[in-house]
Amino acid sequence: MSDQPLRAVVAEDQALLRVGLTRILEACGFTVVAAVADAAELAGLLGSPDVDVAVLDVRMPPTFTNEGLRAAIAARTARPGLPVLVLSQYVEPLYARELLASGQGAVGYLLKDRVADVDNFIASVRQVADGGTVLDPEVVATLVGGGRDERLARLTPREVEALTLMAEGRSNAAIAARMFVTEKAVGKHINSIFTKLDLPQASDDNRRVLAVLAWLDGNT
Amino acid sequence: MINEIRPLGPATITRVDRPGIMERLRVTGLGLGLALAMPVTLLLGILSLLVWPLLLVVVGFGLAQAVVPASHVSARLHRAVASRLLAAEIPAECADTTGLNPFSRSLVWLRDPARWRDFAHLWFASTGGLVMSALPAMLIAGPVVHVIGFLISPGSFWMVLLFLSGPMLLAWWFVTLPLARARATADRAILGVSRIEQLEQRVAEVAESRTEALDHSAAEVRRIERDLHDGAQARIATVGMNVGLAEKLMATDPEAAAELLREAREATVSALEDLRTVVRGIHPPVLADRGLVGAVEALAVALPLPVTVSVEIDPLPAPVESALYFAVAECLANTMKHSEARRAWISGSHDGTRARIVVGDDGVGGANPNGLGLTGVAKRLGAFDGTMELSSPPGGPTEVTMEVPCPTSPSGPS
Repeated sequence: MSDQPLRAVVAEDQALLRVGLTRILEACGFTVVAAVADAAELAGLLGSPDVDVAVLDVRMPPTFTNEGLRAAIAARTARPGLPVLVLSQYVEPLYARELLASGQGAVGYLLKDRVADVDNFIASVRQVADGGTVLDPEVVATLVGGGRDERLARLTPREVEALTLMAEGRSNAAIAARMFVTEKAVGKHINSIFTKLDLPQASDDNRRVLAVLAWLDGNT
Repeated sequence: MINEIRPLGPATITRVDRPGIMERLRVTGLGLGLALAMPVTLLLGILSLLVWPLLLVVVGFGLAQAVVPASHVSARLHRAVASRLLAAEIPAECADTTGLNPFSRSLVWLRDPARWRDFAHLWFASTGGLVMSALPAMLIAGPVVHVIGFLISPGSFWMVLLFLSGPMLLAWWFVTLPLARARATADRAILGVSRIEQLEQRVAEVAESRTEALDHSAAEVRRIERDLHDGAQARIATVGMNVGLAEKLMATDPEAAAELLREAREATVSALEDLRTVVRGIHPPVLADRGLVGAVEALAVALPLPVTVSVEIDPLPAPVESALYFAVAECLANTMKHSEARRAWISGSHDGTRARIVVGDDGVGGANPNGLGLTGVAKRLGAFDGTMELSSPPGGPTEVTMEVPCPTSPSGPS
């Protein structure tokens, strides 16, 4: 965490939620540089270098379908690595995959319900701003069990559990705490996952994202 | 005159008595009438044929303007007689040509099966039809002529004919009714819309109303999803946010936390209101509880102007009740929005085959039948083969008549 407050953009067409999000972010030490109601306004803002993280709704005017998602992907194409956290009232694994495929890391996809757990939500925003990946447990849960990728079938249940938590954007320490094992054991699980998924040698962060992507590919 | 023709009696009456003779005489007379129309039908038939070569020298178009409508009149008369005799409707429909110039009108006629049926009928009426209709009259006139002839110049010629008169009368007795029936049936077969055409029309109507019903229900589902997404779901998400933040601020800023909780409580109230609105839009509870009559009364009570309600309809199948309910609701909403009415009325009845509801008001009239609301009503009812008619002259009153063919449901809403 840097000393400077993080600068956030909020895009949400429903006034109540926009105000709520802004309030929460500001109460937790963010500077909300803009809170907008539609994708057109958002697109202009995302180009600005003054934005550290964007929190946006999938569905916005004018078509009320998925312009938030498309704006996020477009912005990340223009400015790779721009941290974007997408919020929605439904989570759709397909959208999760599109987001993850839009660049490595610095993305999040959460149900709006999660905002109510303020501390966790803020942690997720910070994680995305730091380049991490956060997926909603709901997406993760939808994906568990329906695996088609045979590489995934090689994973042990414990490894699946570790991969699930990894997909939710948790650090090794957090995964260790959840699984009631040492961080070292988590490291072992994760290395084993990388091997079983035939992931190329690269930085750990990158491989974590690839692992999640492989998993999404096998499940959607 | 034609409307006074009674249906044919059964051809099996063989007892020689007064009603039997009278019936046969009546039918013989009718046949004679039809036979006397032959010169006209024959003339029209020949003229119709002449139209073709004359089209080349343009005169044909002018001739067609006279011949085709005249043939149609002839066909209509024959159809009316046959339909009275058979006591059955003979459906007929020809393409609309109002407002067309003679040239394009001729082209429409050329493509219209009804006009070709008229043409075919002219020739049937002038040939086979003539024989069928004239025969009974000849069979009964023959003996009379023979008797007179024998009396005037007794001789072997008239003698032989006189002997033939017996069999002729016998034949008259037996063939008159079957021939009349055959003639009427043939007229019906030639002039009536064929079964296939009827079915084609019906299928086209059903396909259209099905498409409309599907569009309508897809739009409804989409609307419900939007209402939930923008309403209740958003509000409940807000409650979560507010409560979450309040929890966080409880220790540091209790006043702000209390304010957030108050907002959250208000949001739950609005979320419930939203849910109720959505539910009302799907299936109004009062419709479930009280059926159509009660639900329509409930609609009327909710309006800020006096509404006279007299709906006497036994329970209908649930989907029809729902369609009629929303149709009435839409009409009343229009009344409130556009009519400036001082009072309104709703009447409803069921005649055993069709449910009929009329919604009217004494407002300014001039309602637009192509407005979104009324078109929606027509589509909703169309799914059940129902119809909607709007009468809204400028200055009012406005009346919307909705009819849905359907039996009353024995079980009704529970």
